[in-house]
Amino acid sequence: MQQVLTTCPYCGSGCTLYLEVEDNTIVRVKPNSVNSVNEGALCSKGHFGMDFVHSKDRLTSPLIRKNGELTKASWEEAYNYIASRLLQYAGEFGGKSIAGFSSARCTNEENYLMQKMMRAVLGSNSVDHCARL
Amino acid sequence: MEGLSTTLGSGAMTNSIAELHTMGPGDTIFAIGTNTTECHPIIGIAMIKAVKRGAKLIVVDPRATTLTQHADVWLRLQPGSDVALLNAIAHVILQNGWEATEYIAKHTENFSEFKKIAARYFPYKAAEITGVPATLIKDAAKIIGQSRNVAIYYTMGVTQHTSGVDNVMAVSNIAVLTGNIGRAKTGVNPLRGQNNVQGACDMGALPDVLPGYQKVQKTDVREKFAKAWGVEIPEEQGLTVPSVLDGIEKGEVKAVYIFGENPLRSDPDINHVKHCLEKVELLIVQDIFLTETAQIADVVLPGAAFAEKDGTFTSTERRVQRVRKAIEPPGQCKPDWQILSELIAAMGYPAAYSHPQEIFEEMRQLTPSYNGISYARLENESLQWPCPTNDHPGTPILHVGSSIRGKARFVPADFRLPAELPDKEYPMMLTTGRVVAHYHTGTMTRRCWGLRGVAPYEMVEIHPEDAAALAIEDGDQISVSSRRGEVLAVAKVTTRVSPGLVFMTFHYSESSGNMLTNTACDPTTQTPELKVCAVAVRKVKSPGVHLADTGFLQQNTAPEGVFHQPALSNAPH
Ligand code: SF4
Repeated sequence: MQQVLTTCPYCGSGCTLYLEVEDNTIVRVKPNSVNSVNEGALCSKGHFGMDFVHSKDRLTSPLIRKNGELTKASWEEAYNYIASRLLQYAGEFGGKSIAGFSSARCTNEENYLMQKMMRAVLGSNSVDHCARL
Repeated sequence: MEGLSTTLGSGAMTNSIAELHTMGPGDTIFAIGTNTTECHPIIGIAMIKAVKRGAKLIVVDPRATTLTQHADVWLRLQPGSDVALLNAIAHVILQNGWEATEYIAKHTENFSEFKKIAARYFPYKAAEITGVPATLIKDAAKIIGQSRNVAIYYTMGVTQHTSGVDNVMAVSNIAVLTGNIGRAKTGVNPLRGQNNVQGACDMGALPDVLPGYQKVQKTDVREKFAKAWGVEIPEEQGLTVPSVLDGIEKGEVKAVYIFGENPLRSDPDINHVKHCLEKVELLIVQDIFLTETAQIADVVLPGAAFAEKDGTFTSTERRVQRVRKAIEPPGQCKPDWQILSELIAAMGYPAAYSHPQEIFEEMRQLTPSYNGISYARLENESLQWPCPTNDHPGTPILHVGSSIRGKARFVPADFRLPAELPDKEYPMMLTTGRVVAHYHTGTMTRRCWGLRGVAPYEMVEIHPEDAAALAIEDGDQISVSSRRGEVLAVAKVTTRVSPGLVFMTFHYSESSGNMLTNTACDPTTQTPELKVCAVAVRKVKSPGVHLADTGFLQQNTAPEGVFHQPALSNAPH
């Protein structure tokens, strides 16, 4: 069994915890008590809220809508499709025609890349996230 | 957060959570519109422990919560009347000379303007607006005015109103008036709902700022980023989420890329959002589930869950912490940073990142408040920004000595009515919130067996008097409708809410409270008024149909035995 120290994905308190992993599966959560805001405690979400990761409802493949249906596609196909259409809008109508909603659930690095893509690649400052909500 | 950056020069929590562990006699916790025990349980528990040690607790909430049970003074206000209440508290403090005269003279500006406004808010007048008895307003003011330290905490209850910015400024005014800034156990502390709201803001996922709140409209800022990124940065401020929806209506916004969000459940007035997102020419959704939003997308990209990737989150107290990969993602899923890098590269822009650490390194070179934070340091330290240099210890308390913007500014605000009030057709007021076991739109928590059973379907809280008038009994199936839509749910008859008020959440997709709420926004921040709208309630049938047995839950049974039965105790290991 392997133990990995990480940060709770639910509220903004920032509790740290150990994921106990067997066979690529999270089997248990243990609170961290060293250098942590939670001092060895976790709420019910942190303790019992991790099996969404292993839900059978997880998306597992890129999907592209074809003839009205979301259809499995390769990464390459999805990237090419998105890239060509976004660049086309940016070229024809300017960056203002494209908007991005970033994620208050994803990492700092991912949020940084999202806004960099919008600003540097597509020329749009229309990047926002749902913290207003 | 707009309000706080006007008054103190920063929109983050000024102080640290750990300070709660040292609070006791002489200290006061002032919790406004924050159902902390449900939304931030670890912080809620720390508050209750502080009260047990002798700290005073004042709670502002229209609805009874665990926290109100522990309060010395519970100010049960009409939803949306916060500014009137806070101004009246300031009025009493000033009337009794409890303000921090020396601090005000040295560290603040605009005091005389503020005094003029506060002078108008007599407690008896505020009592009429807020429904809170004048004696309780005076009691609260006395505790705040006479405590050694007062720490103010607030969340969505304060910001989700059309007057949200005014509310935040009214909160900040109280802290500045009493000199409760820049020391331990004080401060203005917004509690962030989602795990990385603070980080998303810090990273510039906002239409007017680049990473580290550097204004896009400043030429030197744009030049700095243009040099680092090798391209021109657009000067014109971008669109907020509500303006993007308007832009789609007008045909100006053609493509929307939604990353890890489910606006078809979290945004107010879902019908309007759905209409817009169906209309946009190209909708791209990157998520881990086929959410309601992903179902109407043109392209869906499968991202990775937090346990499947490396990176950092920044908590509500500005603390930057590592997220570490524990398992491989399923199927063809990829970490979201990798998807974004590959897509950027596909558009012909260099983005050869092989690990999130490289992205962090690039970011910190451009972001002064994060400049001293590195993955190497985060192995042994946990750092709160601002942390400008490699040997800087981080900043647990902001505004020590003086405020970031130099002087703290009083920003007087007047009470304004909520955008939609009860009338003949829609005679009751709806307010929305969270319950402890679930999170936001429920896409994660409702797939966890340990949490689903705790609150399996929507319960609408309604006062016994209102229920009697409508012949509704506990457990009946009822309909709640507003000008924007109708939802079915189960009635919970309880005195947790006052007469005239109903409460529901936005966790459940089959009866989402956001079908009903109002898109009227605060004029400055465009935060929608999720907390208050007018509704009509009627009985559908009794006994209530168990929504839990009708669909969602059956389709989403989690694999049995994925989790060992966890220990029930929260004791330190
Ligand atoms: S364990 Fe609970 S209190 Fe701690 S971060 Fe997670 S959701 Fe928040």
